[in-house]
This record gives sequence, C-alpha cells and structure tokens, in this order.
Amino acid sequence: MIGGKTRAALESFAAEVGSDSPVAVVGGRTHWDLGGHCLEETRLVRAPAGIREFDPADMTIRVGAGTPVEELDAALAEAGQQANLPLVPGATVGGVLAVGRDDVHALGRGRLRDALLEAVYVADDGRLVKAGGPTVKNVSGFDLCRLLVGSLGTLGLVGEVILRTWPRPAAQLWMAGQCDPAELRRKLYWPSSILWDGQTSWVHLEGHESDIESEAEQARLLGCDSTDGPPPLPAYRVPATALESERFPGRYLVQVGTGVAYVSEHGPLPDPDPAVVALHQRLKWQFDPRGRLNPGRDPLAAI
Amino acid sequence: MKLLKASRRDSLLRDLRRVLPPDRVRVAPLERSIMGRDASIFEGGQAGPVCFPISTEEVQGCVDAARRHGRAVVPRGAGTGLAGGAVPLEEPVVVVTTKMNRLLSVDADQAVAWVQPGMINLDLSRALAPYGLHFAPDPSSQQVCSLGGNVGTNAGGPHCLALGVTSAHVLAVEVVLMSGEAVVLGDPDGCAPGLDLRGAYVGSEGMLGITTAIAVRLTPNPPAVQTLLLAFDSVDEAAQTVSAVIADGIVPAAIEMMDKNIIWAVENFVGAGFPLDAAAVVIVEVDGLPGGVAAEADRVAELALERGGRVRRAADDHERALIWKGRKSAFGAIAQIKPNYYLHDTVVPRTRLAEVMSRVYEIVEEHDLQVMNVFHAGDGNLHPLLLYDRREPGTLERVHAAGSAIIEASLAVGGVLSGEHGIGIEKRDFMPLMFSEADLDAQARLRRAFDPDEMANPGKVLPTGASCADVNTLGKIPEGVWG
Repeated sequence: MIGGKTRAALESFAAEVGSDSPVAVVGGRTHWDLGGHCLEETRLVRAPAGIREFDPADMTIRVGAGTPVEELDAALAEAGQQANLPLVPGATVGGVLAVGRDDVHALGRGRLRDALLEAVYVADDGRLVKAGGPTVKNVSGFDLCRLLVGSLGTLGLVGEVILRTWPRPAAQLWMAGQCDPAELRRKLYWPSSILWDGQTSWVHLEGHESDIESEAEQARLLGCDSTDGPPPLPAYRVPATALESERFPGRYLVQVGTGVAYVSEHGPLPDPDPAVVALHQRLKWQFDPRGRLNPGRDPLAAI
Repeated sequence: MKLLKASRRDSLLRDLRRVLPPDRVRVAPLERSIMGRDASIFEGGQAGPVCFPISTEEVQGCVDAARRHGRAVVPRGAGTGLAGGAVPLEEPVVVVTTKMNRLLSVDADQAVAWVQPGMINLDLSRALAPYGLHFAPDPSSQQVCSLGGNVGTNAGGPHCLALGVTSAHVLAVEVVLMSGEAVVLGDPDGCAPGLDLRGAYVGSEGMLGITTAIAVRLTPNPPAVQTLLLAFDSVDEAAQTVSAVIADGIVPAAIEMMDKNIIWAVENFVGAGFPLDAAAVVIVEVDGLPGGVAAEADRVAELALERGGRVRRAADDHERALIWKGRKSAFGAIAQIKPNYYLHDTVVPRTRLAEVMSRVYEIVEEHDLQVMNVFHAGDGNLHPLLLYDRREPGTLERVHAAGSAIIEASLAVGGVLSGEHGIGIEKRDFMPLMFSEADLDAQARLRRAFDPDEMANPGKVLPTGASCADVNTLGKIPEGVWG
C-alpha cells in the first residue's frame, strides 16, 4: 500500500505537472537529446526521489523515479541485491526506464523492460495513474508498464516505480580475446554479456565461483583472457542487423544476443513499417492528445 | 438477448465462406455450443460462425468479413483459459487458430523460433529438444494449451520463477488488427525501434487483435538440475521456508507448494511418492551449472531442515519426472473428491505468503467449503481450488462468496488479481478493487489505440465504465454465464 508521505510526494509532483502547457521531466540529462530536442517553451519538472519501501525478502523495491541509479544500486548492494538497470553515471531510475536501453548484461540477466513491475505516472490531464502491480507476477489488465519503458516520457511522466530485484552474483569475471562471438555463445552455458567490435570479443561470466572457473576454461580454449571490462559503449543504439546493410565508418560494439549494436556514427536507418508508425500515432493521440508531454521527443526516432 | 435476423446471419456466412472453404466455417449447433465455453466455469457464451483459418491471409479475410457486418471477433486457441477470456458474448465470429499449428523456423544460434499460434506449448519444447533448447513458460495445461493462448494471457507456469512469464519469452508477434491489417510488433532479433508494442500486446486477452505468428525466445537446457521434495508438518512451516529461500538470495527455477488434501488426491491418482503424513510439501528445483546447483540445493535443504522440514532429493531423472508428474496431475486428481472445482489465481508479496494462506483456510471454513492448494509459492502466486458439487443447492453462491473474500484478502496485503490466468470475464468486475477510474481509463486508451471500435473480444477485462461498450448488455455478466 502506498504510504502517506509517498502519496503526498506523488500528488505534489502531479500538481507541478498540472493539466495544461507543455511539460517535460528531467532526470540526469544523460540522454537529453535522444529521439529529438525538447521544445524551448517546455516547462521542466523533476520526479520525486528516494527509496520508499524495500523489504529484501520480497526482492522488490519501490523508489521515486528521480532517484539516481547509483543510489538505488548502493541501497540494493547492502542487501546483496541488484536491479537490472544500466548504471549510467548521473542517470535517474525514471530516466533510464524512459530511455529504455538495456544494461550491458541483458543477455544473461534479462531485458530492462522486464524489470518494471509497477509505475505511477502523471497522465496528460494531470491525474495520477497506476500501471501494473507490486508483485513479481501479475497479469491483471493490460500491460502498460511495458509501454512506458522506452517511451521517453511521451505517454506519461513517471513519478514512482516498483522494480524487481535479483541476487548479486557470488562471483564475476570479464574476459576478452580475438574469437568468434557466436562460438562463445555456443560453447558457454549462460554468459551475462558478449560484446564484439568486429575483431575482439568481450564476455562476462557470473555465478558460482567453481562454475566461473569451468566456463572461463572454455573461453580460454577459444582464445579469451581475463580483462578489466569492455570499452565504453559508443553513443548510438541501432539494430545489429543494420550493420549488415549499412556502411558504418566509425567504431561499433555489438551486444550479442540482444539484437543491438552501439555505433559512434550512423547513416539513415530503414523506415519502420507504416502500420507500426500508425500505432505509435494512435497511442500518442490516446495518451496525450494535446502533445504536451515531452514535446519534441519521438521514441521511433530514438537511436 | 436479441436474436440476429436469419438474413443477416446468412449474408455474414456467405462472406466468410468466400474467404474460407465451407468445412472451415461452421455453424452447427454442437460446434457453436462447444465454442461457447472454455475451461473456466462460465457457461452461456454465444458463438456466431466458427472459423478455422490456416493462414494470416485467411485470418485477415475473417476479420474483414466480420467488420463489414459490424460483428465482433473472438480469437480462440485451445480453449483452456480459466478466466472466460475466450467465452464469446453476443454471437461474435469466433476465429479458432488450432489449425495454424506449425513450427515455422528455428534459429538455434540466435535462440529464436517462429511458431504459429495454434501450436501446443509442449509440442514446441519437444520439437526443440534436438537443439538443446526449450520454451520456458510451462503452464500446467502445457500438453493442451496453445502458444497463441499463452501470448493472450501472458501465461506462466512453475518454471517462470527465475525466467519470467510469457512476455519475457516473446520477441515479436505478427498480429491481424481489427482493421484487417497484419503488422509485426517487436523484432525477432530483439531490437525494435519505438514503443514496446509487443509488450503492450502480450497479455491483452485477444482484445487488441489476433495473433497469427510468434517469435519466441528459446532457453538453453540447463547442464545440471536438482529437484528437492521438502515435507512439512504445517503449511506455515512450508510457507516460511519458501520466504526464507527467497530472502536468502536464491532464485530457484521453480518453487511449488501442495497441501495435505491435494497430496492425498495426487498420491491416490498417480503414486508420485509424496509423503502422506505431511501437511504440505514444497518442490524446489534448482538448475544451471553444477557448482551453483549443488550449492543452492544444499542451502535450500539447510533452510528446510532449520524449519522442521524433511528433505528428499530426486536421485535421478526418473524420480524427478515422477515428482513433477505428481505436481502436474493435481487438477486431474481432484475429480475423485468432487465433480467441480473453481481455481483461483491471485498473487501476494512473498513475505506475506504464510499469513494469506492461513486466511484462505479460514475463509473456506467460514463458507463451509473444501479447499486444496497447489501453487507457485516462489512467486507468491496462490491457486486455491474450491471444490464443490454444483448439483447441491446454494453451493455455487458460497463458492463465489469465498472466492471474493480470497481476492480481497490478497489485495489487502498488496497483492494482485491474477498472476497468470488473466482477467477475462471472471475478474472483470473486480478490476476496480485494484485500479482507480484513471488507471482503468488508461488501459481503455491502450485498447482503443489498437482497436478503436472495440470489436476484438468485447466485454472482457475492462469493466464497462472504462469503455464505450453497450452498458445494458455488458454492464453485468450476462445471465447464465456463471453457470
């Protein structure tokens, strides 16, 4: 149940968002121009911050969307847990959910979109709306939470979320080498990440210590060795299939098994199916007919 | 209920038979009567023409014909749903996907398969065995339920504890919208630009369109598995152990609980070797690489022993299979006790499991009913089975009253209405207990973005206040539907 203090913070956030004039929510501004530039006359608001409720035995956590992801991670680490959110320095929980980019460990830990159990957001008319529910399993009604992840705040401004948490792995290891990433994926049971820049593969192993040793042995046979970690991800996210059809002059890093590649430069990408575009327009019209939420941003243009 | 005029019915039938051969558009009373029900307790659904398309184009043709005649469309898979989601109201065109049951392609390297919606869940995992892969969601009905239905309800199953329910295993869906257009939502490679339309579609109970193909994510078969059967002298000790396992930072592949009544029924039915002197058993399965599996199995055993449990480890695949046979035969075993049962499906926070279980027993006693519990304890997903004989006057009323009380008790501790069966007709009118008017309005907006005229499976999930549906006919559950 939502406690009094939490509810009050959400209500004051809703009042601030109001029911008219263009408004955008600011997080850590780490991806502020993703999917377009926020229009100049837009009013800026911040979502409530802070950890609201955390019972480690439930393995769920309720946090204000304005909470920095690093603060969330530190609180979870104390209980030996983690959330499946990318730890972008300076970013907020609401921000990384709105951006919708997976953590680099998505291959093993799962997609960001599956981390969100419940969200309370301010709708275009200023009302507070709850999507989803607090339990780890829930099929009560339509799944609005999935729609909010990666929506760039264009359907509603998220004020508070409940996330699923996971045990932190007992041990972990990054390895790298000049080997075929597909071969790594075939030989290893469940690596949490495989990255590939066209020459070098990076692989992340996590779990029980003895399992990591045996998996690392497999990786060594393919030419990998321990390393500190992968290089930073290039700025733009594109479908990995685009690498096959387009010329990419810059640096790239494929996140194997997730369909994603990060590139430092990109050309034009294939147009989405008109039927998909039409669904986006109809959703926007249903959720924000006046176009006041995060104007100028378009999830379809987010790369 | 107005009877549709014969001439209107005939012209719809004529149009449908232009799209599908006559033997795949059926109107015989028997056929329509079968399609008027699903596996829920609801009776009284009214099916219009029943269509069996075999391709996306044929589904589009059925939808086009229905639209021209202003008739709603209800998609249907194997009809194993427990919430009445496939029960047709007001003679819609019923589009049955059971003849679209092929495995279209498997890409073992990318761990993706395209399947048609009528394919049976277990058939997919069987077909994938040579690749060392499987489809993780495994509802108890997996021998008969279809993957299209799994997408519709966002189905779960025992092995969804660590790996997530259907939505986490669907990469893309091909959908025929009510406009007749076919569109792919999501991306089989996993990186579709824009909003997660795929995620919004999964679990929409046939109210956004008709699924015609599904790209599923495949899971590698684990190299090591250990299955433990834990027996307890009280349900409370069993529930405390479940909470302790999760609190210890272990997320097993599955944690299932069964209480005394169901243990007896199952033993009598299949002889799975469950201890008859136990008040509850908990099945815990851990899988993965051998080191982690051994460590977690040892820790689970320790936690159970500390709470007064007895521990048996399956020695081999045969014993493991037998334990699971016992778990999955539970529903069949019940028929020995009473002819009818009503299966509930709420979820509570895992730390509140023991408390809600005792409340369930109290509620059942207050309503003078019998209950059996067999459920996904690790998720907090309760499945109390209320047993009854519908021929006994007044029983059904008590069953409904007890059911409502269980729902209220679950919501009171921060739980939700449904964990895996969906809302359908069954819990539609309970939705306002969990959601405000604004919350329901938002869900109705999602629905209208996909289906502006609300022609796909009308009358389900959303209470009428949240939609434009005809208040007079759909404001209450139609008479006779509750059986």
